[in-house]
Amino acid sequence: MIVAFLAVAVIGSMVENKRFEWGVVRHYMTDPTILRGLVTTLELTALSMVIGIALGVVLAVMRLSPNPLVAGLAWVYIWLFRGTPVLVQIFFWFNIAAVYPRFGLGLPFGGPQVAHLNFTTLITPFIAGVLALGLNEGAYMAEIIRAGLISVDEGQTEAAHALGMSRLLTMRRIVLPQAMRVIVPPTGNETISMLKTSSLVSAIAVVDLLYAAQIIYSRTYEVIPLLIVASLWYLICTTVLSIGQYYVERHYARGARGQQATMLGVWLNMTDIRPFFGFRR
Amino acid sequence: MTPMVKAEAVHKSFGRLEVLKGITLEVQPGQVMCILGPSGSGKTTFIRCINHLEKINAGRLWVDGELVGYRQVGDKLHELPDREVARKRTEIGMVFQRFNLFGHMTALENVVEAPIRVKRVRKDVAVGSAKELLNRVGLADKYDTYPSQLSGGQQQRVAIARALAMNPKLMLFDEPTSALDPELVGEVLDVMRTLAEIGMTMVVVTHEIGFAREAGDVAVFMDDGVVVETGDPREVLVNPRHERTKAFLSKVL
Repeated sequence: MIVAFLAVAVIGSMVENKRFEWGVVRHYMTDPTILRGLVTTLELTALSMVIGIALGVVLAVMRLSPNPLVAGLAWVYIWLFRGTPVLVQIFFWFNIAAVYPRFGLGLPFGGPQVAHLNFTTLITPFIAGVLALGLNEGAYMAEIIRAGLISVDEGQTEAAHALGMSRLLTMRRIVLPQAMRVIVPPTGNETISMLKTSSLVSAIAVVDLLYAAQIIYSRTYEVIPLLIVASLWYLICTTVLSIGQYYVERHYARGARGQQATMLGVWLNMTDIRPFFGFRR
Repeated sequence: MTPMVKAEAVHKSFGRLEVLKGITLEVQPGQVMCILGPSGSGKTTFIRCINHLEKINAGRLWVDGELVGYRQVGDKLHELPDREVARKRTEIGMVFQRFNLFGHMTALENVVEAPIRVKRVRKDVAVGSAKELLNRVGLADKYDTYPSQLSGGQQQRVAIARALAMNPKLMLFDEPTSALDPELVGEVLDVMRTLAEIGMTMVVVTHEIGFAREAGDVAVFMDDGVVVETGDPREVLVNPRHERTKAFLSKVL
């Protein structure tokens, strides 16, 4: 009762307080600069997560390798990228051209060049942002995926091996699909977190959602309404992600005993909205 | 005739603990060998060495005339690459104490997985023979059921069908009924008995003295990493010659 009363009071004050300027909020929700920023944020998040997950799988498998050198390499990577602030990594990749203006792949000591990249033109702020966020995310995803892999009973691997399945096939067909039940929830967390962390790239002048809002309010001084615009878009995106996560989790719950009921799950099961997201039965 | 399994002075240690202290035995094609013995005697370790789930430290182990998991160059053994070991394992079926069915697959999917992915059998062919196998172990109505919804006995019968789907020359059973409720033991033993009758070569680690006596051709009694006594099950299990066998049987029966 008290909570409901407080909620009503807060919402009421927000609606009635003229300084929130809801008209301005509505106007800027679909402003082209904001929408372009939103697309950049979504691209940054998607690309960084793809890099992070792919890298995470490789690092996790490396860490579980019986070869100490391979396992050690993965450990050092995780230690380095998890142990330094992601903002520092963003600045580092942004300035990589100052350290390595050109990148040539060839024989050392003046041998012929096999490949040649010019970092000064290649590393745009956007690429630097994706690199920094993706490589950083890889270190976190590695630990999440490793936890998933070791959660699968050893007997599953043994049974697959006894049937003549190779190590790679066993990993792909037997262990990973079952590890997904443990991997998906924290990965959803990471994606949502990435959506917001990606706003750090405004430090290297990538015009993402937050930076787009800042550009507008530095001109119009409508700070609060524009921060609300950005926040509303972030909220909409995280809501869509949560719904997507529910379906991914349900897919990997195949054969598992007892699914937990969540408020979101109950609602989604009642109001089949899958067609809207392109899911098919 | 080449023996199906031939072990020659097989040694295995886990760290400093020596579990197998020189096992020498032979299983002829079509024979059912039952290995009995107290827990910790090394019988499970030995059966796992047969398909190279455990590496052996010394000795030689052949299945159907081929070394398992190793290649011999001169006097030395070199471990084979993963792919070669996997190929050899397709000839050897294994049934585990805790079933180890793939939890994310239905009974039918469990049975067709290896034939399709490893042997490259066409899907409709694999599904056809998988259904036949599941019918044979009495699970015609459970094709689409997940392991978590099956009883222990049903799970173990799916596991047997899964191993048979690869058309193995040899079947290994590692205490197949030890994790089952007493009333479910019979249904699994029945399936194993039928297999023995149609001439499958089997090595069975078990505590089921009755099964060993009726279905077994050879009984092996192991204790403390060595074979104590080998022979006709009706002899070894009814009139054991060794004190240790006698002591074990008096506790089990």
